[in-house]
Amino acid sequence: MRRAPKAPDHRVPEAASAPDSRPTAFVDNDRKPVGHGRMLRKEDPRFVRGKGRFLDDIQLPGMLHLALLRAPIAHGRILSVDASAAEAHPKVKLVVTGAMLAERGLAWMPTMSGDVQAVLATDKVRFQGQEVAFVVAEDRYAARDALELIDVEYERLPAVVNVRTALDPSTPVIRDDLPGKSDNHCFDWETGDKAATEAAFARADVVVSQDMVYPRVHPAPLETCGAIADYDAVDGGLTLWSTTQAPHAHRTLYALVAGLPEHQIRVISPDIGGGFGNKVPIYPGYVCAIVASMLTGKPVKWTEDRSENLTSTAFARDYIMQGEIAATRDGTILAVRTSVLADHGAFNGVAAPAKYPGGFFGVFTGSYDLQAAYCTMTAVYTNKAPGGVAYSCSFRITEAVYLIERLVDCLAFQLTMDPVELRLANLLKPEQFPYTTKTGWVYDSGNYEVTLREAVRIADYDGLRREQKDKRARGELMGIGVSFFTEAVGAGPRKHMDIMGLGMADGAELRVYPTGKAVLRVSCQSQGQGHETTFAQIVAEEIGIPPADIKVVHGDTDQTPFGLGTYGSRSTSVSGAAAVLVSRKVRDKARLIASAMLEISVTDLVWDKGSFHVVGDPTSCVTIQEIAMHAYGTGDLPDGVEGGLEAQVHYDPENLTYPNGAYICVVDVDAQTAVFTVRRFVAVDDCGTRINPMIIEGQVHRGLTDGVGMALMEMIAFDDDGNCLSGSLMDYLLPSALEVPDWETGYTVTPSPHHPVGAKGVGESATVGSPPAVVNAVMDALKPYGIRHADMPLTPSRLWEAIRGNPQPPI
Amino acid sequence: MQLPAPFDYERATSVDHAIQLLDRLGSGARIVAGGHSLLPMMKLRLVNVEYLIDINDLHRELGYVRVEPARIRIGAMTRHRELLDSPELRRSLPIFHDAERAIADPLVRNRGTIGGALCQADPSEDLSAVCTTLDASCVIRGPGGERVVTMAEFYRGPYETAVGAAEILTEIRIPLRPNGSSAFEKVGRRAGDWPIVSCGVAVWLDGAVITDARVGLAAVGPNTTGIPTVSRALRGRPPSEELFAEAGAIAAACCTPVDDQRGSAGYKRHLAAELTRRALRRAVARLDGRES
Ligand SMILES: Cc1cc2nc3c(=O)[nH]c(=O)nc-3n(C[C@H](O)[C@H](O)[C@H](O)COP(=O)(O)OP(=O)(O)OC[C@H]3O[C@@H](n4cnc5c(N)ncnc54)[C@H](O)[C@@H]3O)c2cc1C
Repeated sequence: MRRAPKAPDHRVPEAASAPDSRPTAFVDNDRKPVGHGRMLRKEDPRFVRGKGRFLDDIQLPGMLHLALLRAPIAHGRILSVDASAAEAHPKVKLVVTGAMLAERGLAWMPTMSGDVQAVLATDKVRFQGQEVAFVVAEDRYAARDALELIDVEYERLPAVVNVRTALDPSTPVIRDDLPGKSDNHCFDWETGDKAATEAAFARADVVVSQDMVYPRVHPAPLETCGAIADYDAVDGGLTLWSTTQAPHAHRTLYALVAGLPEHQIRVISPDIGGGFGNKVPIYPGYVCAIVASMLTGKPVKWTEDRSENLTSTAFARDYIMQGEIAATRDGTILAVRTSVLADHGAFNGVAAPAKYPGGFFGVFTGSYDLQAAYCTMTAVYTNKAPGGVAYSCSFRITEAVYLIERLVDCLAFQLTMDPVELRLANLLKPEQFPYTTKTGWVYDSGNYEVTLREAVRIADYDGLRREQKDKRARGELMGIGVSFFTEAVGAGPRKHMDIMGLGMADGAELRVYPTGKAVLRVSCQSQGQGHETTFAQIVAEEIGIPPADIKVVHGDTDQTPFGLGTYGSRSTSVSGAAAVLVSRKVRDKARLIASAMLEISVTDLVWDKGSFHVVGDPTSCVTIQEIAMHAYGTGDLPDGVEGGLEAQVHYDPENLTYPNGAYICVVDVDAQTAVFTVRRFVAVDDCGTRINPMIIEGQVHRGLTDGVGMALMEMIAFDDDGNCLSGSLMDYLLPSALEVPDWETGYTVTPSPHHPVGAKGVGESATVGSPPAVVNAVMDALKPYGIRHADMPLTPSRLWEAIRGNPQPPI
Repeated sequence: MQLPAPFDYERATSVDHAIQLLDRLGSGARIVAGGHSLLPMMKLRLVNVEYLIDINDLHRELGYVRVEPARIRIGAMTRHRELLDSPELRRSLPIFHDAERAIADPLVRNRGTIGGALCQADPSEDLSAVCTTLDASCVIRGPGGERVVTMAEFYRGPYETAVGAAEILTEIRIPLRPNGSSAFEKVGRRAGDWPIVSCGVAVWLDGAVITDARVGLAAVGPNTTGIPTVSRALRGRPPSEELFAEAGAIAAACCTPVDDQRGSAGYKRHLAAELTRRALRRAVARLDGRES
């Protein structure tokens, strides 16, 4: 375990003080030329110069533009669609309605969770913003203008908005397209042991129940979704540029949906301006662009505007959770029980492994040593946009962590115990790992108490409590909130986890060129996480070629091996492992070649990060660069060894990795206006081996900002008619730098035992762990009023109502 | 990207030119100043215009803050940022500085204008509350010449003003009276957000007694600017916490907020009282020299 140092191990130097004439991005490599460590991102020179190549930067000759007509109402029968005026627009090339797609068998497509979703509505519209028709025109303005010329007649139907009453017999049936469907029930799911949990609750001295809402939020990436389809009618090939976090999975799904031969489909995911789960699903717009290119014979671009992104693409969360926690009087937690009502919108578009309809919500037992746990979940259809993506979390873990961390705080409230003490008494101990939870998850490693104590130390928790005491005496409201989370990231293993039958495993291919420079090809897809740097460092650490000499290729299915892509913090935990293993495979071959070059047995060779030398004689040595030249040259190779220095692997993770962390948040609340500010936030993350600490910190900063946003202001809201009230960034609020404090980050290192370098995912930890810390802090501030819970988003209004004893759930 | 419907574009070179263009092009023409209210509406296709008349070149003519002995004149093209940075305004009418610190974000403030803000006449507009509180008047120029209207006459209701089809707002005039100060308080959900409620206050003291006071609220329904009952309650009485609370209670009773995503009506009413109290407290403290 390394303690969080005040000065990091190898700092990125100040740009001004860098004496080197080479680009500053690589200066740090001089100090630590090879492998893991703090290093500026290789991709940033292009991003900071505005030279990134995002989907909307791509212009193809003769390209046409597609715009989607969307439903203005949440629920209604389509009586007629008249597109004649739009077709007559001088710049319009094509108008397609649902009926026209139906003729081609393309009006519906499968979702990632066994349901179907309309590409263009044929019978009914089922949410406001649903795709009804599309126009293809010479430019994007004309396409938009022509939408207004399409005349759709609707018969309005009552909208099902309230998830709590969606299953009432009198409620209209949304999914009458499904044979025999007579209600709005989507699925039921359970996990854990009901009887054992009841028994544990019966033994408990204290049972605390708390209902809580995790409202519908949106990943809201800066870059909205889009695609360019270019179908070549002569050779039958389709090239699709699209904003996707999972290009390979999309390719296979297009082959299955559209009946195109898979070898003829090339999916290219260019630079992506944020994903956060939003760019995992296949959206109707992508399919429409493909159809449009096939029908017009031209490349066709579709990009969403902000409102379309917020109102029609995949949302996240939307769980109503009834939680119960059982404990002894002295604060030993015995069991947790919950029943969840999940709003899945109009189509079940959840992006989660097939066998996990509730995602990985099963980890709701959190970081504690329990005797029993049980969860039931009912999912329903409503007249809202479909989705339910892993928004910066590994499949519903954000909800699970929020539930358990709020429940533990409610228990602390009930027992009048300090929330840190209560957690310390119940956290899993290091010797319990690998630990199988009461819902069957095998946590790989952790040193929870040390991690929590590190956060306590950085925050000066006792000092904060003293300050709070003084403030309370003066009538000022200050709150300190704690959360401890365990994430479960890096799906598969493939035998348990698949998306539509595709096992969750990832490939990597490494080629070392004759001059000793290398190209790594991976199946994951960066949306800003810095893969071009981290993955180059992973390879560098293994084969001793500096990161600057390693190019990382991703996001093009013709150029990279198959794999399931980037979401659920999968990249470092799965593709990163693949990159390690492929590097080791190359190194093993290099060792054989080195033995021939040095004319010595392989067992007498010592690897020294970048070169092999003879045991006891460091001067007898060959570098990896020399080996590479030899591999492609004319010199002798050992028996049975082919020329070249390259390798390929496909990595199937043995288990998920379980990053964890302890967060402490400090808030000040203005008692009169109920406005609160997050004054401090301490985040101690344990993501195992830290490959590039700077990138990790960047990921943590982003996730913390996200978490504060959700706790304070983010929510996709609807009115009683199902109109979406959050269709712009004036209405769907995202936090700015002014709402967040200077983050204080620290770390502990508990490597994952099964990851080849011990790394765990970290991209989403902070989004998962921070909302309960903020809410716990605000509730702690309001303790003098005797309030135990109020729901997110904790807007000043909701908080004021809570202070007055009238806390209103947001839905 | 949000895409507006087709429109034509003209750049005015002077106020008279702008008026001529408006006159000639008729009701399909619309002035664009900072564009921070108009362009988003066009992009959402909530507003379609045939001609956009860009008056940003008139910043030379209409971008100013001029202090005269008995009044301050502000050109309609003065940007939020210039109001925020103006030392004269900060000294004489600190309410502007208070308000501008909390209006939108630097990007919007760099372009948005006081003229645009008033002509937009959004019921949540902070500057409308400021100008009403200060008993400002507006100079409107058209083909037939210039006229001056009070804020009460100017603001006709949500998104409606006294500015006619071929007219433009050129100047805002604010009377300066001795022994006065002012303050502005706002609560939003986030920096750069429109107010949940905001409140402007101007007070004048004669020794220990309030000679006059004006209170204006934004975002809590119509007729909440320059609330006369609050002024009546404050006049002739010495400032005190009790008096401020009483004024707050009157302000709360005078407004008609509604429940929406920003907050419940009850909360907004509560804020109307609380912010009135705070703004009064601050404005009086400024007169005492206890606050800048
Ligand atoms: C993100 C964001 C946040 C904001 N937050 C706030 C806030 O917190 N508080 C707040 O009060 N405001 C806020 N605003 C509004 C902002 O202050 C606008 O700049 C202002 O309302 C309009 O000024 P403008 O110069 O941009 O006007 P424009 O958009 O150019 O014009 C607005 C309207 O006024 C008309 N017009 C403009 N100038 C004249 C003139 N001289 N004569 C006649 N008609 C004219 C135009 O034709 C148009 O109808 C916000 C805006 C944005 C985009």
